[in-house]
Amino acid sequence: MYTNEMLESMKKVEANREANAALEPRRMTAEEKDALLRAYHPDYKEGEEFVHLLVGPNKGDKVPKELGALLQGKSRVNPAEIDLSSPDYDVDVLIIGGGGAGASAAIEADNAGAKVMVVTKLRMGDANTMMAEGGIQAADKPNDSPAIHYLDAFGGGHFAAKPELLRTLVTEAPEAIQWLNNLGVEFDKAPDGTMITTHGGGTSRKRMHAAKDYSGAEIMRTLRDEVLNRGIPVVDFTAAIEILKDEKGCAAGAVLLNMETKEILIARAKTVVIATGGAGRLHYQGFPTSNHYGATADGLVLAYRAGAKLLYADTLQYHPTGAAFPEQIFGALVTEKVRSLGAKLINADGECFMHPLETRDVSAASIIRECSDRGKGVKTGDGYGVWLDTPMIEMKGGEGTIEKRIPAMLRMFAKYDIDIRKQPILVYPTLHYQNGGIDITADCESGVENLFVAGEAVGGIHGRNRLMGNSLLDVVVFGRNAGRNAALRSKDVTVGALSLEHVNTFEKACEEAGIHSDVVSPKLLPDYRRK
Amino acid sequence: MENMVRVFLFGKQYEVPSNLTIMKAMEYAGYQLIRGCGCRNGFCGACATIYRIKGDRELKACLACQTQVQDNMYVATLPFFPLIKQVYDVEKIRPEQAVMMQLYPEIYSCIGCNACTKSCTQSLNVMQYIAYAQRGDFEKCAEESFDCVMCGVCSSRCPAGISHPQVAMLARRLNGKYIAPKSQHLEDRVKEIQNGDFNELIEKLMNKPIAELQELYNNRDIEK
Repeated sequence: MYTNEMLESMKKVEANREANAALEPRRMTAEEKDALLRAYHPDYKEGEEFVHLLVGPNKGDKVPKELGALLQGKSRVNPAEIDLSSPDYDVDVLIIGGGGAGASAAIEADNAGAKVMVVTKLRMGDANTMMAEGGIQAADKPNDSPAIHYLDAFGGGHFAAKPELLRTLVTEAPEAIQWLNNLGVEFDKAPDGTMITTHGGGTSRKRMHAAKDYSGAEIMRTLRDEVLNRGIPVVDFTAAIEILKDEKGCAAGAVLLNMETKEILIARAKTVVIATGGAGRLHYQGFPTSNHYGATADGLVLAYRAGAKLLYADTLQYHPTGAAFPEQIFGALVTEKVRSLGAKLINADGECFMHPLETRDVSAASIIRECSDRGKGVKTGDGYGVWLDTPMIEMKGGEGTIEKRIPAMLRMFAKYDIDIRKQPILVYPTLHYQNGGIDITADCESGVENLFVAGEAVGGIHGRNRLMGNSLLDVVVFGRNAGRNAALRSKDVTVGALSLEHVNTFEKACEEAGIHSDVVSPKLLPDYRRK
Repeated sequence: MENMVRVFLFGKQYEVPSNLTIMKAMEYAGYQLIRGCGCRNGFCGACATIYRIKGDRELKACLACQTQVQDNMYVATLPFFPLIKQVYDVEKIRPEQAVMMQLYPEIYSCIGCNACTKSCTQSLNVMQYIAYAQRGDFEKCAEESFDCVMCGVCSSRCPAGISHPQVAMLARRLNGKYIAPKSQHLEDRVKEIQNGDFNELIEKLMNKPIAELQELYNNRDIEK
């Protein structure tokens, strides 16, 4: 499968393997990391990759140009043509999105006695949660504490996280694991029940809990099963395309679109939870993505048009190790757990050029430097990559470790005749996570009353960079809180007359700002047809 | 010039580059996918696909996002299959053999044809995990079925009408909740947090100036 040029470089990797495996590479100093990020991380680029918003609550703020076009795009509906007088659905809590956050919210809102409905534009579980491989953090070992977890995450996110959100994340983490386990989620455990935990990039304690390298899939399929067991209605292949408000300006439902028949439906709700996930499919700066098909920032567009403020919408996570070869899996996630288990990053000359467990932004920038200015990348056809020396894992952990701990990785490459137990793999950063999103209070409420948000659509939990394993954690912790709070609030809400006036107002503001866009948003799905 | 192959999408012929996956070949041919496309990375099971290479007797199954096209490939996607999903209260069921008898009795009609295993897009030993479920050995059923993406191809091939992925789902939940050993350190930590044991520590951190936090972060002790 590998080209001759790759095999030549691989010989150097093999020759140095023993020495590289024994090496404990130095971690970068704060100053070195800063300089590296500034020079090579895509977030820090100046110029045409970003635009400044001209309208809305974040007027003047910098966002990726693709997101800017959608935020200031045209609505999919003409409010004058939408009949709001007889809603098709009438519920207490409307949850938009069927991933880990949406499912967690649905279960807790149901527990709180609310009448819940989930809408999702694909199927329940077609979500980034399903694809999370490496694990979920929680400080539940005796040598660890939520405070240490807090410092790891706060520092890793460049001290930009909202303290009250991060506090919630770390203090509710152990209980989230317990909740999942009680629902029947399987975790890797020692025979005495001790959780088998590893490091992630930037963690100071081994607190990464996992279910092999199907951690997210195991969590997602269990949450989905539980939602179905409870008989919570899930309306699939149905996208929310605008938030509805009432005359008091509170969120009060959504305009829905059947993805297949294009029928428009109206859902009235006392409270709404946006759990629509991330934006990898917008391919910022031309990057491939590890995200699922529907990751198009829809929730940010809906919320922004309804008047909610965003936070850190300019910061994205480029996962350092996307598959760089073969091209059929270009951009697919190679879990950080591969490095947690002992594989190191090696350049074309067989040199171990960095500590394998720096934070993701630093690791990605370091790989980009290796493949650009330093000229030590391996040519892949789609660009360049560096080696991730997977055979080191079994040198360290013994034969069978790869099959037992990262079977999905073994399978993904085996389909292309690459045995990762014997041969290293080529990796390059891939667009992975939306660090920013909708600004929320500690109760998960956005700037629009009765509009709650959970999961990747939230901004501020992680600051400007997220640690591995804190996203599976955040969808569960904030999903549960959003569901609970939305249900609680719904008890005191009387919905007034439904309105889409905010859509008109936003459109007018765009016109006044001189925006003449033919971009229609939310995007819903990318278009990969041959042009 | 790219190397092209002929594929037959739902019987209709298209010329597509030979390096594409089936999913990307459909898009190359002009399909804007809505169904049959989820994670695009082999985890969600949305793109179950059945194909036959012209002239072969054997039908093959795969995930469209994980499989490269071949010349003369006849492709039919299976974006939905009506699996039977029984509902239950996970708090009330117990990890006993009887639960399978009650919820999924059809597993006892397995005729041992092994069509499920042969068709598994993840190369799992499906018939074996069903055998474990029949015996009430949920731990083994969970282990054997763990990598299942619930695409449903196995069930589409089953003469006994078994919904294998749902049987396995139940077994995994039983195993995760009732059979796997409890984690004492987790129970302890949850209690400590409920006691408020860490509140002061965290509040102290939250109130420190950034410069001090940077100092703490940059010099923190990292477990080997």
